[in-house]
Amino acid sequence: MSAPQQAPQADGQSVLETRNLCVRYGKVEALRATSIRLQAGQIVTVIGPNGAGKSSLLNAIMGLLPSNGTSEGQVLYLGHDVAHHNIEHRLGKGLALVPEKRELFTTMTVEDNLVLGAYRRRKSGWSYRDGLEGIYKIFPRLKERRKQLAGTMSGGERQMVAIGRALMSDPKVLMLDEPSLGLAPRVMAEVFHVISHLRESGVATLLIEQNSRAALQVSDYGYVLEVGDVTLEGKASDLAKNPKVIEAYLGKHA
Amino acid sequence: MDMGVFAVLAQDGITNGAVYALLAMALVLVFSVTRVIFLPQGEFIGYGALTVAALQSGQYPRLVSLLMAVGALTFCVELGTALYNKRYKPVPKLHLMWSAIENLAYPALIWVLARSIGWQDMPMAAQIAFALAMTIPLGIMIYRVAFQPMAEASVLVLLIVAVGVHFAMLGLGLFIFGPEGSTTRSFTEWSTEIGAMLVSGQSLVVIAVSLVMIGALYVFFDRSLYGKALRATAVNRKGAQLVGIGTSQAGRMAFGLAAGLGSLAGVLIAPLNTVGYDTGFVVALKGFVAAIVGGLASYPLAAAGAALVGLLESYSSFWASAYKEVIVFTLIIPVLAWRSLTSGHGDEE
Repeated sequence: MSAPQQAPQADGQSVLETRNLCVRYGKVEALRATSIRLQAGQIVTVIGPNGAGKSSLLNAIMGLLPSNGTSEGQVLYLGHDVAHHNIEHRLGKGLALVPEKRELFTTMTVEDNLVLGAYRRRKSGWSYRDGLEGIYKIFPRLKERRKQLAGTMSGGERQMVAIGRALMSDPKVLMLDEPSLGLAPRVMAEVFHVISHLRESGVATLLIEQNSRAALQVSDYGYVLEVGDVTLEGKASDLAKNPKVIEAYLGKHA
Repeated sequence: MDMGVFAVLAQDGITNGAVYALLAMALVLVFSVTRVIFLPQGEFIGYGALTVAALQSGQYPRLVSLLMAVGALTFCVELGTALYNKRYKPVPKLHLMWSAIENLAYPALIWVLARSIGWQDMPMAAQIAFALAMTIPLGIMIYRVAFQPMAEASVLVLLIVAVGVHFAMLGLGLFIFGPEGSTTRSFTEWSTEIGAMLVSGQSLVVIAVSLVMIGALYVFFDRSLYGKALRATAVNRKGAQLVGIGTSQAGRMAFGLAAGLGSLAGVLIAPLNTVGYDTGFVVALKGFVAAIVGGLASYPLAAAGAALVGLLESYSSFWASAYKEVIVFTLIIPVLAWRSLTSGHGDEE
């Protein structure tokens, strides 16, 4: 457990870092001077109550705020500030976001959804066939269902399509907004299993979760975000033992 | 009505329906990708037909001048946006260079081609291709200037802008083409008799071109990555942004395709009808009725609607020719009633 002002991981270079990132919707402040860090291959989770600004944080990092939203502060990707770049540029650099609502192309097939995930790489001479094989290795179920329309899939399968689509852009940083939302416990465990295995491919994952217990179990590091501020941070295993976190987010039977 | 008249009317209706199908496809495409109701469609009909007519009579196609002017305007808009956009800082030099090529150099190239080649002696296919080479970029430029800056606006605001663009293009059409209508050469003089019915080669060409375009569009949307990207944008705009399909890029593609289909429709009707600068609007409205049958969303239903509109128009011109427009446009009412009863309510996303 360390205090927020202490530099969390001095060892190693951070792949993604926000410095004093603020988000406003009109006059409403959703996020206040938030600074977080993410290292290569790490899984970092941000927990906190509804309305704490967690989704705003991810949208600001991706450059996908709604038209009335503005952000200030720095978003450093491998040391370069990308805060003024548009979303296509950030995707090209290696950021990818799976939003809370998945935002799939529901009337198109699973395979088309995945292929479109690689849209930004169309000019790089990269064959999406190889990418597809990689995704089907992670989610064998998607291979069976590849001709099915994405809108006809179950909640868990849709989440797999959404994660697969994001991975098709070959990201260095994958951001997941509430991946377990609305999923049955067994399916949720499967999704978390996949998330923990992404680490091996060198992808850093920034995770936002209501299900704090499961999130902290797979994570290396965690932040607690409350009403627009980071109030606690530390190793995930330490956070899971912290009495305040247990009381507010994990419940008694921790 | 004997069988002969019946067959002639059917042939007429299907020929017109094929043209309406092209227009309906374009309307569905533009609406589903950008949520713009593409009212200026009718002007592209006139622009396309009149430009081919001008080329055939050996006149300088004055649409080239308009293309150069709108191109210059578009470049100014791009430059202004690049300099004043505070949100994304680095001035996109490469982007501006491409914009200069598209909006300044390309129209200049078209001008050189228009001046240096004797277009009246060229085959008709080349004349049509040259006309499309003007109208398609014009559609893209109009998207950039009028619609892209307010891509996030509501459907109603976009409709009002579309009305404005429609009137602007109508006025410009009168200015550059004059009030006189023209016809073009026919595609073919060939015709044949099947039983008692005279089948004109003209009708067959129109139907064939329309079918080929519909087939090509189907392959484009179903197979190519760009076609899938357009469909994806229509299904889920935010999802499209997440994978890097720029909303504006999809909008440009949709408007370019729609402008091309609109002017092609104009070229197809021009040998049989006198097309003036303002003829297109009513024709495009019939395409709109067909698109409404498909709920502005379904391509096959829009094509079926186009055949229905064409046949209805043809038969009503026989029985009640004074009321044929009334009958066609009244079709909207039962269609809308049926759609609002059967489909779930999708007011504004």
